[in-house]
Amino acid sequence: MIRRDRVFQTTANIIMIVLMLYCMLPLLLLFASSITEERALIVNGYSFWPSRIDWSAYKYILIDSTQIVRGYGISAVVTLLGTVLNLMLTTLFAYPLSRKDLPGKTVISFILFFTMLFNGGLVPSYIMWTQLFHIKNTFWALLVPNLMMGAFNVIMMRTYFASNIPTELIDAAKIDGSGEYGILARIILPMAKPILSTLALLVGLGYWNDWLNGLYYVNQDRLYSIQVLLNRMLMDTQFLMSSAAQKMSVDTSQLPSTGIKMAIAVMGILPVLVVYPFLQKYLVQGITIGAVKG
Amino acid sequence: MKKKKQFRWRKYLPLYSMLIPGMLYLFINNYVPMAGIIVAFKKYNYSKGILGSDWNGLKNFVFLFKTKDAFTITRNTVCYNLIFILAGTAAAVAVAVLLSELKAVRMRKLYQTLILLPFLVSIVVVSYIVYGFLSTEFGLINHTLVNAGRDKVSWYSDPTWWPVIIVMVHAWKNIGYNCVLYYAALMGIDASYYEAAEIDGATRWQRIRFITLPAIRSTISIMVLMAIGKIFYSDFGLFYQVPMNSGPLIDVTNTIDTYVYRGLMETNNIGMSAAAGVYQSVVGFLLVVLANWTVRRQDADNALF
Repeated sequence: MIRRDRVFQTTANIIMIVLMLYCMLPLLLLFASSITEERALIVNGYSFWPSRIDWSAYKYILIDSTQIVRGYGISAVVTLLGTVLNLMLTTLFAYPLSRKDLPGKTVISFILFFTMLFNGGLVPSYIMWTQLFHIKNTFWALLVPNLMMGAFNVIMMRTYFASNIPTELIDAAKIDGSGEYGILARIILPMAKPILSTLALLVGLGYWNDWLNGLYYVNQDRLYSIQVLLNRMLMDTQFLMSSAAQKMSVDTSQLPSTGIKMAIAVMGILPVLVVYPFLQKYLVQGITIGAVKG
Repeated sequence: MKKKKQFRWRKYLPLYSMLIPGMLYLFINNYVPMAGIIVAFKKYNYSKGILGSDWNGLKNFVFLFKTKDAFTITRNTVCYNLIFILAGTAAAVAVAVLLSELKAVRMRKLYQTLILLPFLVSIVVVSYIVYGFLSTEFGLINHTLVNAGRDKVSWYSDPTWWPVIIVMVHAWKNIGYNCVLYYAALMGIDASYYEAAEIDGATRWQRIRFITLPAIRSTISIMVLMAIGKIFYSDFGLFYQVPMNSGPLIDVTNTIDTYVYRGLMETNNIGMSAAAGVYQSVVGFLLVVLANWTVRRQDADNALF
């Protein structure tokens, strides 16, 4: 029996290690390629093990390229601002809905919920944002469409409030003379920290990784976030060259373009990988809550 | 009586005021575009706007369904999703069960952490990684082929392998997510069942077969039904960005979402693009309602509505 269990444990571990390699090796390829010397890359291609290590792609990104540093900045600002705005909208919407005594709650919930069932699709949205609100090539294009509040997150937060905050607590605060905004600020928010962290992580990840709004609404390089920049560079190999040539007097033939692409892609996921170990708990929580009550 | 009601309203005014920003956002971001689907029934003209453009009846739809594209995009969207649902669910459940059977708790954590990593990677970066493997000149696979004495393959212009590539990329990105989800369901199973099974001398396979799988059956069927509700939608990035919008691959990578995008942005065929969008929204809506109805019949607590 024990022997058989050892066999099982070993087999199971082997299977998991294979799966882990399947998940990790592609990321390793990306990283290894970004630190391979340009000539070695041209001869040997992208590989898991750099034959000659060379960090000059990163030196170029961080020191010589205003475009990429700018893209990083834009991504950071959009992510920060977007997450804060989203959490504000979501909390303000979720709290009243979590109150069992609110008249008209059912109708409001339905208005919210219906957006998960039916949508107008890309064409009407695109026409509205560009023709009516003129957000094309503005900063708002990266911030507002689709990402600022989602029904799913509101429902998650509403459920959290409804099941974790006792009605007595709210009633007691009312007797003490607190207004609704006072209750929200002094009682609800402090108790909502776990759900706020979870949602902040999911929303922040959504903003950092978003490239669709940039694809739809932005075509000026001054507004490219890091993901949009990556997208444009992959689609148009000339883009990197031409933007480098415009910005400064660099001999473009010297640009390590093969490796640099990969280095920028690494930069695109680096912040996520850095915070992941600390916030993994919240991510797992978010996935599980979302699944249990969607 | 009337006075009492007015009083009630006043009392709730602050709560209603909290709803205003969100309502405004839903109205603009979601409801105006819903009304905007009338564009599919018009001959859209940018200078006249949606309301000012001339009506066109069902012509956009007639044209759309006369093309070969209508069939291709429906087939691709639905078939890829079916594979994702079948293979993805089976793999995720299997891995979650395997994970829960591991004795070393620290290893469990490590595996879980690492297989969830690809879920965090943006689809744009995913397309760089895929390019690292498939690039004709510098790709890892072609260099391996050449070293083995075989010919290079120009991956981005040969559709043969793309259905497999798409499924592999999708699995890579999503297995961790689905696994975490089922693993959480497994951890919720009452331990006393397993203790009782142990006393009865059940084998590992019997335990899995008669306790574990039945216990997460409802989670599985709900996830599957919800995925079926979304079967008319595809991950735009996976089908547009990962194959690098390559023309020769279009037959196996064109989905409803990429078709709508191309019609709107690249070929300026707004009528048919809008018609395809409405087709997606309407069929998608019916499928969600149907899926929910099925869940509700099975287990009302888990239904969405």
